[in-house]
Amino acid sequence: MPEQTDRTEQTTPLGQTPSQTVGPFFGYALPYDGGPDVRAPWLPDAIRLHGAVFDGAGDPIPDAIVEIWGADAAGRPSTERGSFTRDQHGFTGFGRAAVDRDGHYSFTTIKPGAMRDGSAPYLLVTIFARGVLQHLFTRAYFGDEPAANAADPLLARVDPARRGTLVAESDAPGSYRFDVRLQGEGETVFLDYGTEL
Amino acid sequence: MPRLASQPDLSQRTISDEIADRHALEQDAAASEGRGLAAHPRRDFAPYRSTLLRHPTHELVRADPEEIELVSPAFGHTDVAAEEADLTIQHTGEPLGERIIVTGRVLDGEGRPVRNQLVEIWQANASGRYVHKRDQHPAPLDPNFTGVGRIITGDDGSYRLTTIKPGAYPWKNHRNAWRPAHIHFSFFGSAFTQRLITQMYFPGDPLFALDPIFQSIVDPAARERLVAAYDHDVSEPEWAIGYHWDVVLTGPKSTWMEPEDADHA
Repeated sequence: MPEQTDRTEQTTPLGQTPSQTVGPFFGYALPYDGGPDVRAPWLPDAIRLHGAVFDGAGDPIPDAIVEIWGADAAGRPSTERGSFTRDQHGFTGFGRAAVDRDGHYSFTTIKPGAMRDGSAPYLLVTIFARGVLQHLFTRAYFGDEPAANAADPLLARVDPARRGTLVAESDAPGSYRFDVRLQGEGETVFLDYGTEL
Repeated sequence: MPRLASQPDLSQRTISDEIADRHALEQDAAASEGRGLAAHPRRDFAPYRSTLLRHPTHELVRADPEEIELVSPAFGHTDVAAEEADLTIQHTGEPLGERIIVTGRVLDGEGRPVRNQLVEIWQANASGRYVHKRDQHPAPLDPNFTGVGRIITGDDGSYRLTTIKPGAYPWKNHRNAWRPAHIHFSFFGSAFTQRLITQMYFPGDPLFALDPIFQSIVDPAARERLVAAYDHDVSEPEWAIGYHWDVVLTGPKSTWMEPEDADHA
């Protein structure tokens, strides 16, 4: 009997509020000082993650904004506040960078640890832009983790021909390059976490 | 000031016909597959021309969220000052336009509040002009209005902002294209997979039917969820007109198990 009561009290799930494009005019609202500096660049564990965002014609997109969200070196999400007012010593894990006129973005952060046994470390990357009606999620894995990447369950499921689009390749000591192609040749693998309604 | 360059070859009639055709296609597909219409916009909604080269053509790959995707960054009052919820007090003088209050709650799909989480907003002024160097609409800037705010939701998921009702503005998607008045909102949920950037609209706007961005949401019921309701209990006598708008950030539909013998996606 108590089970029946529980069932009748269940409410209908609420409808998702739909997404809309970030539009062209976010530049005075969303970027903020220190947004790309998730880790102060002079700290010894700081790495650079940078790249450019391209459209289906292969042209750089000058009005995209990129967010990263990543675990700390031990593979744990940070619960620190202060993503808007960085204290230069902490690590909140969240960063935001608008691209420049050449479509290029750049973050400094920490190379995260793996969060699970058997999966590879990565940063969650989110792309917003004019013309993108719903943001796109992807992951930046690290090219200098070949063994972990080879064992990673998500990378294993991706078409090998497209797998490289999820890997940030080392292009200098402590620096990784991660380009994002929204469409066409070399189109980045974008992810659905079960929220594509 | 110079008028906006227009695209005389592309009429509202053409865009409206394209919208109607795509809506019919989506309805037929949903009916034949026995499912409802999608809540989110179609990323390849061609009547909004900027989507043409900016939507992925491959299907998205289903991912099992790991811990980082199941939590969100922590924001708090060290990040956001209480005054940032009032866009009418950021300058020495009062901004021009209709003063409004917008309030509501941020909830998850089960109706639980999204507590102590960040809401960011930005908008045009009462004349339909953004404080953005690339906005070329020949409407006046207001020296007393920037149009940017931030709020941390309360323990009940509530937010409340005071601002000026934004104006409609022209854009270059097609000839004589006008965006319905809207406020841009950015939300973080309890999980990063609930991240949402969207636009809130005002009830009864005659531009709704004509706007390819609003109509990129093919489900009429989902479109309605972006329209605030006039709420007389929110209006304040001799001060401001009140609107109510609740926001729902659903999580993954269900716990998803990695298929044992999945093909390459």
